[in-house]
Amino acid sequence: MKEGSPITMEIGFDRPLPVITPETAHFWEGTREGELRLQHCVDCGRGYFPPRPFCPRCTGANIEISVASGRATLLSYVISHLPAPGFTPPYVIAIVQLEEGPQMLTNVIGCEPSPEVLALDMPLKAQFTRASDEITLVLFAPEDRS
Amino acid sequence: MTRRARAAIVGAAETTEMGRIPNASQVQLHADAALNALADAGLTTSDIDGIATAGETPESIAMYLGIAPRWIDATGVGGCSFLMHVRHAVAAIEAGDASTVLITHGESGRSQIAAASFPHPIPGSLSQQFETPYGTVGPPTMFTLPVLRYLKHYGLGEEALAEVAVVQRKWAAMNPRASQRDPITIDDVMQSRMIAYPFRKLMCCLVTDGGGALVVTAADRAADFPRPPVYVLGTGESVETPMVSQMADLTSSAAFRISGAQAFADAGIAHSDVDHAMFYDAFAHLPLYGLEDLGFCARGEAAAFVAEGHTGPGGSLPVNTNGGGLSYMHSGMYGMYAIQESVRQLRGIAAAQVPGARVSVTHGVGGMFASSATLVLANEHP
Repeated sequence: MKEGSPITMEIGFDRPLPVITPETAHFWEGTREGELRLQHCVDCGRGYFPPRPFCPRCTGANIEISVASGRATLLSYVISHLPAPGFTPPYVIAIVQLEEGPQMLTNVIGCEPSPEVLALDMPLKAQFTRASDEITLVLFAPEDRS
Repeated sequence: MTRRARAAIVGAAETTEMGRIPNASQVQLHADAALNALADAGLTTSDIDGIATAGETPESIAMYLGIAPRWIDATGVGGCSFLMHVRHAVAAIEAGDASTVLITHGESGRSQIAAASFPHPIPGSLSQQFETPYGTVGPPTMFTLPVLRYLKHYGLGEEALAEVAVVQRKWAAMNPRASQRDPITIDDVMQSRMIAYPFRKLMCCLVTDGGGALVVTAADRAADFPRPPVYVLGTGESVETPMVSQMADLTSSAAFRISGAQAFADAGIAHSDVDHAMFYDAFAHLPLYGLEDLGFCARGEAAAFVAEGHTGPGGSLPVNTNGGGLSYMHSGMYGMYAIQESVRQLRGIAAAQVPGARVSVTHGVGGMFASSATLVLANEHP
């Protein structure tokens, strides 16, 4: 198995954390090891998210788990000025599109939360951010591709 | 395509008060609206054999009003549930499962008296695992998420959202029951407090108290009631996803497209037949998505359509003529108020009446683009 990305811990985690279910256990095991694990359908070749033990397109159960690159682009976002447990407004809530295709909700960190900095389609890189012994969240930061 | 009236709305009313109602609980708001709608229809509770509601349960409405129904519908998929209740009531009446259906809504959104809270995702649900951890604190940070993609895709600025709020305030200014009636400018909207960029306060709906109720029965009985009947010509509904991040296309709602197309086909009407429309507007982008996804405008052209005044007073397609969720009222599940305004327009009694309105389209949304329903209503038996 390839070595996962480094795990960082940079946010105070008063935020509500995921309650893991049988169908998502592989995903959260992956993030603990610095891996963004996606499922894809062997029969129709599509990667998909969120997790489930069958393909949402063809309902086939011939599913493999692969490690995503962690690269994504910024599809859309808001900069919330509302109070939220575990967050200091303003903060960025974003929909990103993974290089492999699926969309995910996340936070964009590591840059000013301003429209001048956050250009749609900008490249992002997964940041594995430990929240508890059980949960490591996948946040994203601008990727320096220079 | 043959037009036909599938059923009729023969009673319609809102709560006696609207906006801030500190002396009534949620169930009492349902009951106040229900009793007003029954009076409007010249009926009593003993005439009702079907109950549909959301927010409250059919059993709470049955007990509180003293009704023993033989048909109930508790479809609760957010703010468009009441449009679906009309659709389902039509089918039940056609099937003979009910003859006279009461649909109730009431919400103490502002005063929070025995109010249902905004539903938190079930712990362990996919929404809770993959959206809630990222600071999504309700609709202002979720319903708004697709919009920057929409604006960028069509080369639009934030002013496109502000235009919607400005036009709807023009309608609200003519409505004495509207919560916000003072005229506003694009600058006013663009300088109002930032809620969740690009959404500012005046692009977001109000939070108020109110309710509404409808009485639906067979079209062939409709002439026997005191008020002019409003016929249900066509209906549609659909759902897409409870997770806004999983919308297939952030610039268009699949549920809107399916629901709208179904309602138009069911009614056998063309867009040129429509005199008036209501697009559920919890936030300023929703009328833009609605205009495009229901085919009133080509994709990307709704903002110009609004800016050119077509949806405003004197325009070719008056939209959200009560002032909408942005200016009239928004208790949390706004769909009932959109239906009520369509009914008023078709009865010719709206505060900002569209002269000669004969066909009205009411289009609703639930959740964050999660669900949708559409009604085509008319005041003439086809």
